[in-house]
Amino acid sequence: MSARDDILGRVRAALDGVEPGYDVPESPRIAPIPDVVGHFAARVADYRAVVERCSPDELAARVAAALPDGARVVVPAGLSVVVAGGVEDADFAAAELDEFDAVVTEARVGIAETGTIVMDHGAGQGRRAISLVPDLHVCLVRTDQVVPDVPDALPLLDPRRPHTWISGPSATSDIELERVEGVHGPRTLHVLLVG
Amino acid sequence: MTGTFVGMPAFPAAAHEALGNAQLRHNLAHATGTIRAKRQRLVDEVTLSLEGNSDWEALRLAGAGVKESALVDLATHLERLEEALTANGATVHWARDAAEANAIVVAIAKRHRVDEVVKVKSMVTQEIDLNRALEAEGIAAWETDLAELIVQLGDDLPSHILVPAIHRNRAEIREIFLARMAAVGRPAPDDLSDEPAVLAAAARAHLREKFLRAKVGVSGANFAVADTGTLVVVESEGNGRMCLTLPEVLVSVVGIEKVVPTWSGLDPLLRLLPRSSTGERMNPYTSTWSGITPGDGPQEVHVVLLDNGRTRALADDVGRQALRCIRCSACLNVCPVYERTGGHAYGSVYPGPIGAILNPLLRGVGHDDQVDSLPYASSLCGACFEACPVRIDIPSVLVDQRAKVVDAHRGGVPKAEALAFRGAAVALSDSRRLGLGERLTGLGLKVGRRFGASKWTSARDLPAAPPESFRQWWKRTDGGRS
Repeated sequence: MSARDDILGRVRAALDGVEPGYDVPESPRIAPIPDVVGHFAARVADYRAVVERCSPDELAARVAAALPDGARVVVPAGLSVVVAGGVEDADFAAAELDEFDAVVTEARVGIAETGTIVMDHGAGQGRRAISLVPDLHVCLVRTDQVVPDVPDALPLLDPRRPHTWISGPSATSDIELERVEGVHGPRTLHVLLVG
Repeated sequence: MTGTFVGMPAFPAAAHEALGNAQLRHNLAHATGTIRAKRQRLVDEVTLSLEGNSDWEALRLAGAGVKESALVDLATHLERLEEALTANGATVHWARDAAEANAIVVAIAKRHRVDEVVKVKSMVTQEIDLNRALEAEGIAAWETDLAELIVQLGDDLPSHILVPAIHRNRAEIREIFLARMAAVGRPAPDDLSDEPAVLAAAARAHLREKFLRAKVGVSGANFAVADTGTLVVVESEGNGRMCLTLPEVLVSVVGIEKVVPTWSGLDPLLRLLPRSSTGERMNPYTSTWSGITPGDGPQEVHVVLLDNGRTRALADDVGRQALRCIRCSACLNVCPVYERTGGHAYGSVYPGPIGAILNPLLRGVGHDDQVDSLPYASSLCGACFEACPVRIDIPSVLVDQRAKVVDAHRGGVPKAEALAFRGAAVALSDSRRLGLGERLTGLGLKVGRRFGASKWTSARDLPAAPPESFRQWWKRTDGGRS
């Protein structure tokens, strides 16, 4: 018997007489948040990320200001803002990506209660590696992308796509449970909240 | 430490040794105290944030419900998961036990002719001792989580589910980095201090070259969504993203209990896990992937679905709930026993209250004294049940497992405890015998203290016998009337 059939057989035998249906209690929802965008900004900042709000007109200048002088910047195809000197991703190898100092991307959803940015790596966001290897991630979130909580975000996301949920810069608490920002992912997360 | 849990002594002996280590107790008290406070603050915050009279408990009920609904119909969900993964371009393997799972991973690595793999922190690959199996075939398995790196470089054993190096302080970690990094890659800088930020930077520099060149990544998964064929990895440092994204080939070993029926079922779990685990509203990074995405990430994706005792646990009507566990480690952090003994005393990658039930459930009782000792590694105070985000009633399972350990030992040479209870049964089942017994209590205690009761009294007070028995008092005072 194959391992597959053996395991499935054991599972069925183990559950002999157990009712397969189960009523899952509904997951509770948070009370309405008066200022969802402000809440999101505050919660992102709690993770020691840089958070700035700006209008669409100001965006290009704010992006330029977020990037250090002379920084080598990679950008995804389809980015809605022009980044001076930005190099569009050309399927760079990991070692080549490591030569870049910064990346500018958009996002798919912002979750206010947890201060989370969700990327689904579609147009304007790029494949997963480009927002991972460079040390500075400038992430653009539109105010109309911000939802109150996790259950509001899940239905907006297509599970067939890969997702990266980002809550602040890379961090660890592995040494005496003292939180340290910046291990392997981008050590600086700069969020521009547009709208 | 020898880098293996095999041959560890039973809990009482191992705990006794651990209790003598003052540094360990100090590290643990500090760490668990910190994390308990952070968790409690967020539990209260959730209750305040929810609408109506809803509270953290409602979120726990939802989380427990999602996991329970997967378990009670597990075969259906596993078949759906396999179908969805395959449709998404992943290759699904099934492994009855550790040896089968290891052989599958080794074969994939060999097919790609690699001599190294990079690993995301994963409990299940520790459970099956994958690193050792890979090493035996000349393949180095690099642990990339900071705490796992500390454990691996120190040839040490993990002692906590979430923070495996919780037993090490910063000075010890500095020593390990200075002594060991050079032998396996980029050395630690000579001027390394013991500041956590500096130590983390050394780990970043050390591992970066390994991430950039790795051809094969190995992971576990926190959740596997059956409907959509989606795997989910929850992490903090970005080492997980590196391993899941940069290599050409990704192999994920997933226990069959990790199934979540639907995408929306992730809702309560993703809200419960980080708050219960690290005491954060959300962990820095969560990655989800559904098989292969053309042009993004590994283009060869394998998923190994592992039993290794899980169907044994599933068949246990009381113990089945342990398979809901999402490995948050909240039960460790609140446990008065764990806080004092640390994780090594449990002799398993799954320590603490959850380990005390999971190990006997996965491995069975009655054939290994070490496993049989674990259900007794508890005061049954119930703090673990209160902290568990998926409402595993650990104390009830502990008691049930104790009964199973006793049952497994019936028939052979009885233990002292069994003899004592047999004696008690004789005395308590007949009023004349009980009366005689009461009169002889004082004498019995004296004899007991002399012979054999020390195993009981070494950790507990044995009360002095009263000057007269209840019956004697009743007779003398006419039931208290005179």
